Amino acid sequence: MSVTAARLENSNPLIFHRAAERLITTEEQDEHLPDPIDDREIFDLIRSINDPEHPLSLEELNVVEQVRVNVNDQESTVSVEFTPTIPHCSMATLIGLSIKVKLLRSLPDRFKIDVHITPGTHASEDAVNKQLADKERVAAALENSQLLEVVNQCLSNRTL
Amino acid sequence: MAAESARLPGLVEEFVAGEVDSKAADVTEGVKAGNFTILELVEALGLSLTSSQPQTRGRGVQLLSQVLQECYSGLSEKEVEVLIAFYENRLKDHYAITPHVLRGLKALVKSTALPPGSAVSILKSLFQDIHVQSLMVAQRSCVYNMLISLMESREGELKGLGPDFVYGFVQAVDGERDPRNLLLAFQIARNIIHRGYDLSQFTEELFEVMSCYFPIDFTPPPNNPHGIAEEDLILALRAVLTGTPRFAEFLLPLIIEKLDSDVQNAKVDSLQTLAACGPVYGHRELADFLPGLWSSIRREVFQTASERVESAGLAALTSLSACLSRSVLTSDSEDPLQVFLELVLKDCKHHLCEPDLKLVWPSAKLLQAACGASYRSSLLITATVLPALLDEYSSRAQCAQRRTLLEVLHGFVQPTPSSLSAEGEESVLLPFQKSLCSAVFSALSESSAGLQITAIKVLITLGEQPGLLSESEVETAVDHLTKLILEEDDAQVSLAVAECAGSLSRLHPSSFTSRLIPRLKDEIFSEPMVLRDDSAPSKTRQRCVSALASVSTLPGLVQETAPVLLQVLSSAQRGSNSFSLEEVTSVCHSLQRIANRAQGAEEIGKFFHDVIIPQLLGLALQAALQSQRSSDLSSALTQETVLSALVPVISSVCAALQTDLAAQTAAQFVSLFLDGETSFLPENTYPSQIQLLKSEFESWSQSQLVCLLMACVCSFPHNVEIPEIDRLLGQLEDLSCTSTHPFSYTSAAKCFAGLINKRAAGQALDAALEKTLKRIRETLDCESSAQRVQAFTLLVWVAKALLLRYHPLSTALSDKIFSLLRDPELGSRAADSLSLLMSDSSDVLNRSCHADVRIMYRQRFFTENSDKLVQGFNSAEQEKKSVYLKALSHIVNNLPRQVQLTELPPLLPLLLEALLCPDDAVQLSVLSCLQPVLQDPPPALSSQLEALFSRLLSLTSSSAMNVRIAALRCIHALSRLPEHTVLPFRARVLRVLASPLDDKKRLVRKEAVSARGEWFLLGSPGGR
Repeated sequence: MSVTAARLENSNPLIFHRAAERLITTEEQDEHLPDPIDDREIFDLIRSINDPEHPLSLEELNVVEQVRVNVNDQESTVSVEFTPTIPHCSMATLIGLSIKVKLLRSLPDRFKIDVHITPGTHASEDAVNKQLADKERVAAALENSQLLEVVNQCLSNRTL
Repeated sequence: MAAESARLPGLVEEFVAGEVDSKAADVTEGVKAGNFTILELVEALGLSLTSSQPQTRGRGVQLLSQVLQECYSGLSEKEVEVLIAFYENRLKDHYAITPHVLRGLKALVKSTALPPGSAVSILKSLFQDIHVQSLMVAQRSCVYNMLISLMESREGELKGLGPDFVYGFVQAVDGERDPRNLLLAFQIARNIIHRGYDLSQFTEELFEVMSCYFPIDFTPPPNNPHGIAEEDLILALRAVLTGTPRFAEFLLPLIIEKLDSDVQNAKVDSLQTLAACGPVYGHRELADFLPGLWSSIRREVFQTASERVESAGLAALTSLSACLSRSVLTSDSEDPLQVFLELVLKDCKHHLCEPDLKLVWPSAKLLQAACGASYRSSLLITATVLPALLDEYSSRAQCAQRRTLLEVLHGFVQPTPSSLSAEGEESVLLPFQKSLCSAVFSALSESSAGLQITAIKVLITLGEQPGLLSESEVETAVDHLTKLILEEDDAQVSLAVAECAGSLSRLHPSSFTSRLIPRLKDEIFSEPMVLRDDSAPSKTRQRCVSALASVSTLPGLVQETAPVLLQVLSSAQRGSNSFSLEEVTSVCHSLQRIANRAQGAEEIGKFFHDVIIPQLLGLALQAALQSQRSSDLSSALTQETVLSALVPVISSVCAALQTDLAAQTAAQFVSLFLDGETSFLPENTYPSQIQLLKSEFESWSQSQLVCLLMACVCSFPHNVEIPEIDRLLGQLEDLSCTSTHPFSYTSAAKCFAGLINKRAAGQALDAALEKTLKRIRETLDCESSAQRVQAFTLLVWVAKALLLRYHPLSTALSDKIFSLLRDPELGSRAADSLSLLMSDSSDVLNRSCHADVRIMYRQRFFTENSDKLVQGFNSAEQEKKSVYLKALSHIVNNLPRQVQLTELPPLLPLLLEALLCPDDAVQLSVLSCLQPVLQDPPPALSSQLEALFSRLLSLTSSSAMNVRIAALRCIHALSRLPEHTVLPFRARVLRVLASPLDDKKRLVRKEAVSARGEWFLLGSPGGR
């Protein structure tokens, strides 16, 4: 029992309700009108990422919120802040990496993607931010097949 | 005879010394035919059975056993006795002979002449002289089969062996590894347990020898040659382990231990095994282990990420609680159920008061699982949990928290079949009825949609249980619902309100007639003139209209609601502009929902027949006449959309009418349309010269009413006679061929087809058809005719009517349609008409209006015509080819999936060709039929992958958004193909899909993101 119990750092986290699916508007169905990439679209990309230790999504754990997503379609920049559930969460880097990878796979090349921890919510905030901002370290992390496996699991649609 | 028996020594000699195996069959034949007896065979074998060479003895025994296998039934008791004594003795013989000995014994124990006592002696020698586990698989199986036969036939003798039998079995089976043999061994063990064999001191031994396989982990060899699945072994073993309460003291610790395993399947198996113990055990067996079991179950449900583990854990808890609920209470001991549930409550209840935290859900599920086990446990749990939840609910102010609490509450107010109160017991919820209702009502007045929806769900559940809502509470509930209908425009809330209103109205109709219906009626007719531009009042009206349909669950209610709806139509007809076209259409849809209830409620059908339909028809007729008199065409009831919405109202009523009423309705409709007979209509102020089916004067507002005629006459069951059918058909044909108003001529053609489809086969039908087809052909062949489109429309509908009933003429008609694919004017229409032929039509010629529809007509059409289509494609000139591809895609698209899978492979090249066709509609149609096929692709696809990928990838930059979306979905589906077949395309797909990520349309980007995400996972660790 102790083995499995020890795996969870925070066994009873706060959970939040999921936002409803985005409604499809008539403008979106119109062939000719362009739809700019907006905050909600980015949020929809990352909200369903699985938490590495709970069977819950990042949205349900409030790790990501729409207000902490900023996108500028014209200037091709995206900034996402995420909030670990506890300040000593050892999964913070992994969560950040998952968000980053999801955005890299889902957004056009032109975007500059910035993923960082919500200021003041994690003990080793700077170190994690630095890792996530360093392109080469991200690339190197993804060369590690064990790390890639965990990231892929966070990004796959859970079928259990 | 003598000559025959003289052959025997020769045969034996050849088998034993000559090693000619086939001679055994000859000997068997001889014995069966009565040419020689077993005794003669034994005599002939004589020397070989006693030979000093094990080899020779082996052959001798082998021959004897082989013959016995076929001929054991003819033996006398004396013979069996002698043979058994011989075989028992041979068990001690050389190991090479044992297999043959066992086969012989196996045959002998099946004999009905088995002498008393021999079963015991066989088993004794077997257990003494043979070490089963050192035998080969087949011989071990032989031993188990022998035990099974003896258990069937000689149960008494075997039981006389006492525990020795169990001990012998335990020894024999210890170490068995073959799945086939294990299934036999599990069967024997189950028999031992269920048939009351004496286990005594060997209980633990038997358990040990069986439980060492638990939990089963078995992967069948490739192709599974023995047809044994892991599940078979699991279930067989579970039946043994949970077969007797005497195993409890060994099994329960084992389950607790295995639940600690990290293997998910082991956890699930353990929990399911535990659940299977519940019905067999009593509380005494469980008593000592309850704390341990509970903490394991709790841990699994609290921590798991897997729904399987969770539901197995919950089922185990329910089973344990149900088992404890069966215990008989005595005055001097404490109630074991109560003790256990207190344990559960202690660990879970406090989590319910933390509605923001994750554990509130698993805790609620655990408590609900325990609660649903029995009436007694639901009494104990609700007594503690409901007050706490209700307190917590009233002390929390946030909607999200209240919603969670109410959602949890909902789980507790839903009774399960086993927790239902029996007769004489009152509902466990009765003490909390007042506070539950006030919690629900307070939630309904909150502004959060989620909270409202949850409250409505609770209300439905309470309403369904008799006695939980008092009259005044029902009234309050109805008032709340009314308010929500009038004020709340959230779609999900409206849906929930409709469901709740429907459910409550069935049980408490009076509150609805007195409160809700009048209030909605007022709202519908209140004049929102000032606010015309705003869409809000219109939406409120539509919600009211739709709510009226939702509450029309009983005939009494229908008599209140339907007239209100009719009143709307009537004021719309009078030209008062207060109702928009949209509103009028939604009234028609509501009427249709009510009309659908006529099926199974005769009274509703009669009410529609007597009141609603004549009024509807009258209104439509007035509108038509009015619009003809003045050029003011504003009346909504002349609009095509409104009339089309009225069609299903009439059609579903007519389909459900009793025969006599149906015949009456048919006569009324026909005489109105043929002779202008209006006496059955209300407010009879119609001119006498009405000719609705004549189109000479371009009076399309009248001729289009033919759609209502179609709704009526084409929907009756077969036994309803349509009067004057030939005259009717003639006029319909005229109208459909000569009218210039598309809605009129199409409706006339459909009506014609609907009648033809049901008309009895015979001369009358053939004559009518011949006449019509001649006219169609002549018009079509005359290329200058202005009425070719009309003739073609009639052709298609008649072709459909005949195709559905497998009429011999249908082939000629479909050939005609195919030939028109080349027609410069009608070619494209002809291609589109195939979609009409192959799909279900919503208003006519479908099963709900009793049309004659043979099963598999689509397959039949496809098999008969696909070749013609392919040939036509090959011989057509380049610019006509797309018409054929379009036709093909329509046909394939409508085929059932199973048929698509088998028929598609030969057509794949053609479909891939069709993807290159510049017509968006063709591309879309092909993509939409490819996508489901790609979920489970036919093997033929693998050779076409290269072509498929390049077509699909290039379509992702099509100019039509729907094509881009469909292509991306197909590419997504392709990622599910076997990895080795699609991995080579991964890099290319990822590269090409980078550009639709920047598509200007969000819907396209969404598909691109999910497709590309899946392709990234393909072949990547942790992916798929």
